[in-house]
This record gives sequence, structure tokens and C-alpha cells, in this order.
Amino acid sequence: MLKAICDFFKSLFIEYNIPLWLYNLIYITIIALIIIGFVLLTVLFLTWLERKLSARFQSRLGPMRVAWPRNLHGWAQPIADAMKLLIKEDIISKSADRWVFTLAPLVVFVPAYLVYLAIPFAKGWIVKDLNIGILYIIAISSLGVIGIIMAGWGSNNKYSLLSALRSAAQMVSYEVPLILSVIVVVMLTGSLSMVKIVEAQKNLWFVFSFPVGPLAFLIYLTSATAEVNRIPFDLPEAEQELVAGFHIEYSGMKFAFFFLAEYANLFAVSAICATLFLGGWQGPILPPLVWFLLKSYLIVLILMWLRWTLPRVRVDQLMNLAWKVLLPLALINIALTGIVMMV
Amino acid sequence: MIKTEEFFVNMGPQHPSTHGVLRLLLELDGEVIVGCTPHIGYLHRGIEKIAEMRSYTQFIPFTDRLDYLASMNNNLAYVQAVEKLMGIDLPKRVKYIRVIMAELNRIASHLVFWGCYAQDLGAVTPFLYAFREREKIIDLFEMTCGARLTYNYLRIGGVSRDLPEGFKDKVLDFLKYFKPRLVEYDNLITNNEIFIKRTKGIGILSKEDALALGVSGPNLRASGVRWDLRRGIPYANYEEFEFDIPTGSQGDCFDRYYVRVEEMRQSVRILEQAINSLPEGEFKAKVPKVIKPPEGEVYSAAENPRGELGFYIISDGSSNPYRLKVRAPSFINLQVLPKLLVGFKVADVIAVVGSIDLVMGEVDR
Repeated sequence: MLKAICDFFKSLFIEYNIPLWLYNLIYITIIALIIIGFVLLTVLFLTWLERKLSARFQSRLGPMRVAWPRNLHGWAQPIADAMKLLIKEDIISKSADRWVFTLAPLVVFVPAYLVYLAIPFAKGWIVKDLNIGILYIIAISSLGVIGIIMAGWGSNNKYSLLSALRSAAQMVSYEVPLILSVIVVVMLTGSLSMVKIVEAQKNLWFVFSFPVGPLAFLIYLTSATAEVNRIPFDLPEAEQELVAGFHIEYSGMKFAFFFLAEYANLFAVSAICATLFLGGWQGPILPPLVWFLLKSYLIVLILMWLRWTLPRVRVDQLMNLAWKVLLPLALINIALTGIVMMV
Repeated sequence: MIKTEEFFVNMGPQHPSTHGVLRLLLELDGEVIVGCTPHIGYLHRGIEKIAEMRSYTQFIPFTDRLDYLASMNNNLAYVQAVEKLMGIDLPKRVKYIRVIMAELNRIASHLVFWGCYAQDLGAVTPFLYAFREREKIIDLFEMTCGARLTYNYLRIGGVSRDLPEGFKDKVLDFLKYFKPRLVEYDNLITNNEIFIKRTKGIGILSKEDALALGVSGPNLRASGVRWDLRRGIPYANYEEFEFDIPTGSQGDCFDRYYVRVEEMRQSVRILEQAINSLPEGEFKAKVPKVIKPPEGEVYSAAENPRGELGFYIISDGSSNPYRLKVRAPSFINLQVLPKLLVGFKVADVIAVVGSIDLVMGEVDR
């Protein structure tokens, strides 16, 4: 149906002799707005969910008042938070590198947003089914680390810099096992396209395809937790050590962008995990989109649960885990996959 | 060859995990610590000098503000010093009440340590569990003396008022509630693989160093020295109760942590014995209205949650102390910090500082 509407408008443009690039521009803008709307809504919901879940884990209630009518579990809290961030004073410290400092939040946010272009929400619900979808996602999402380094350097603050360095080391290290765990899925599917990966799981989700699937899933989940800087791997933001990490000097909207990117990334890795290992939109009875969201939120739930339960690892332990445990495991897993496919 | 240089980071006095206004000047080589200088004095209130201008009874509320997490224990240590100076005999009930209060406060104080330490290492949730339990203890104190943090409950020769009705049952209820929680704590934090990795072998304080630097309390016991004033020089009536002195073997952060968790267990044991054998009787000994100890000097110490809190009082026979010196355990424990930190990583600073369990109110006085 979507296609029909698009074709209709396209024909209108041709009929009235309006240049086609205008049509393309409008088309792209609308798509971009829809995605941005989805990302913003997801982030709003995730912040609320995180607050409520953490409250429950900690035997509290969490936000309860900010809602209308009064007792709907504070559903409007994220809106209030967003308003607060919007009207806050935007502070740039005197010694900061103005340009780098200002650009950093954008450099962090844009890749987090671009990832959504290649995630299949349901059958046909994908902005662009690239034939290298998963490669695109990995490549784009690893750009975010540049923004973090920019933030750390541009703030001209020691804590920020330490945090940015930690972050760079961490993200680069964990990308390796992450990609290697994804390779298993690619091998099993024989394609890099996200849609093909989902379709290949029609009969059996990869997480259940013993013995390689579960292992790849675990490696992915661990690395993904590190990629989105969450406890137990939230060293770049370790507030007890580095106060707040790389965004210590940011306020107002700039801070909000980091915040947005963080939660956008959280949902993105969960959605990718659901797509790669949990069969994406596939499932009985319920509509595909619901299945997709259910699976993604299951992963989100696991990540939040971990965050509010575990202590944080130390920076060298973090590196040991990546290079000495996850990397060999992932390599063995790939070899195993090869054997399984041969047999 | 690239030239590198050390890099100074100021931790505190406003840093979220230095527990108050401790400032650490860290010299870093990358993430490795090569030097550490603690700076103190941000909370100095001149309590020792104030004592000289207050009567003996008036000074009791000031002791509340030393180690504000263990006010009852501070009261106890001070009051005992004055009583020793005056040679007052206490009714049995007073001693029991004091032991109950001191042990309840010890649990409350160790709970704060437990929660904060887990939070220092990144686990936020245990903090709230600890405060949930502490709240119940504070409620008990509130019903006894009306205050929730600075109790000012003990008096020279007794306590300010008798235990309220129903106190005994409430304490028993609390103990019944609290014992399974200790098992939960072990499951959540003590046996957590990440927690163990963060604390085992970090910040090792050897037995010799601990003794040489005058460390006391759980920090000393964690280094393997079986010394507890409650056993060593019994006061109140601790000699009547059965309890063990938990000790560590390594003297690392994990031992310092675990000794405290075990101490909570022992405090529960003491409380059970004390509350069940609480005798009836007077809650105050016969003491003169105006306290004028005879001329002389006295040193008396009590085992606080953080170590040996001693009061050295010189009396000139008037109603005010001539000189009062506080031997604050945190102050003395703090001096091991530079020794423990060198060679470890920035992340370990938090683990080590947290495990020493400093209260700045006591360090700066």
C-alpha cells in the first residue's frame, strides 16, 4: 500500500512537471522524520522504563506524580525531563575547544540514528534493504566513538579525557568479538542483508541452533553491553570514578543529545540482537511488528536488569575479557560453524 | 621514544565517592597511580576546643557529630571516659541498654558501609537495600530518643530516658527480619564474581603495617589481627556476651569488606542475647546535678564501627574539661591510604578508599 501511495505522488509530480529531485527530497525527509519520531518516542519510553524498572529493583516506586490522571505511574516524566533539558542554559566552558565541543553531541547522535535505516521492523518495513545491511550497521555504529573522543578532548577536562580514552579503547576492543559473533549468523544465512537474515530464521531462530547459535548470542550480548557503555561495562561513565565521564561539561540540549544517543543505541543493539538471533519479526498469531518490539524489549529488559544488579568491572579486567576470553571464543565459534555447515 | 609525564587528578573535595570532603591529589601515569596525597580539614569545626568551653554534659551532643553514622557509639565512648574519671558505678540495666544501642548502631553503620561500598563499585541497587534496613534501626532509635541521626541519648551515669514500651518486641522483629537479609547480601554482592575480582588482592595492608600505623577496628582485623576492644578491654558489659571476632587473612579490600559483613552477624548475636536478658531496674545511676570530676586525667576507648574511638580528658576539677582529645579511628586509618594506593589503577582508588570506610566528620573534628 505504501508503494501505491508513493507511486501516486510520483505520478502527480511527473504530470505537473515538477522536477523529480524535489519528490525525492520530500520522500527522504518524510522517511527521516518518521524514523526520528520513532527514535525519540523509543528513547522517551526507554527512559521511563529504565526509571520504573530500576525503582522496582530497588524497592522504590519511581516517578508516580508526573501523569495525568494522577496515578498512571508517572508516564509523563520523560516529557517533563525533555522540557527541562530544552530550556536549560547551554554552557560552554571558557577553555573548551568550541567547535569540537559543539559538534561532538551530533557526531555521537547521528550514527546512532542512522543505524535505524537498516533495521527491519516487519516484513517490508525497512527503509532500505541493503544487501550489506549488517555490515552497514556495524560500520556506522562504530563512528560514534569519534564523537566521544571529540567530547572528551573538546571539554578540556581531565575526567572527560580519561573517560574518552577509556571509551575509545573499550569500543574498539569490543567491536572485534561483536563482529566475529555476527559473522556466525552471516555464515549460517549466507547473506549480509538484514531481511534475508530474518527470513533464514523461519524455522529455527539462530539463538536455538546448537551449538554455535547460543554462544554467538552470548558473545554478542556481552559485547553489545560494552558497546552501549552499560553496567557492568560502563567505565566511560563510571560516576564514582570519573564523576560523569565524557559528558561532564555538557548541559542542556547538548547533554540531551548524548542522552538520546545512549538510549537510541540501547534500543538499536537490542533490535539488532532480536533480528540476528531471535528471528526478528517472525512469530505466530501476533502481527510481525509486535513480535519485533517484544523481542527487542526483551533484550532491553535483560540489559536493564544487568545494569541495576551488577557492579562494574575494572578497566584492565574489561580488556582481558574482550581479548582473552571473548575473542578466542568467537574465533572457535566461527570454526565450529564452518564444521557444522560442512557436516 | 615519546616523552610522557605524570598527570595530576584532584579527587574531591566534591567528588561523589570520597564520602564527604576528602580531597585526594592523585599522581597518575596513564591509569596507574604513582602517588597520592590526602588533604583534609574541610570539615574542621574545632570540636576539641569547644569541649573546653562546655560542661561535661553539654559536650555529649558534640560527640554525635564526630562519626555521624555511629552517634550512639560516640556517646558511649565519651560518657564512659567521664564515668571512669568520676568512678561511677552503673546499674545493670544501663549497661544492657548501652550495649543494645551500640550494637544496633554498629549494624546501621556497617549497613551504610555495605551499601556505599557496593555503590562505589558500580552496583547502585544494594545501597537502597541497605538504607531500607537502616531505616528500621533508625525508627527504633527515634522511638527511644526522638532523634534519627544525632541521638544524644546517653548521659553520664545512664541514659536520658528509659526504653519505650514495646521496644523489646520491635528489636526482636527487626532481628528476625534482618537475619535472612544478610544471606541475601552475600548472594547479591559477596559472592558476585565481578565484586570479588574488583576487591581481592587490591589495597593489601599487611599485619605489620597495620600495627605500625595504628590502624584499628575492622581494618585491623581484616589484616589478621584478632583485636577487638569489646574483648580486649571489655567495657559496658560485653564480657557477658558470646560473640566471635571475625578476622581476615589477606588484608585486602575484600577482607575489609567481609569482616564488616561478619560483624553485622556478630552484632545480631549480641543483640539477641542482650535483648532477651535485659534486666529491670534504674536507667540512671546516682550522679550529682553538676558534673565535676576530680582533678586528674583519663583515657578511655570504645570499639566503634570504624575502630578505636578514644577520649583523653584532663580535668582540673571544674565543670568543664581542661583539655579533651579525641582519638578518632578514621583519622588514623586514613594515613594508610597513600601506602595502599600506589601501583593500583584509578578505579581501585574508589575500591580502596571505600573499604577503609572513612567518615570525614571524625577525621576533621
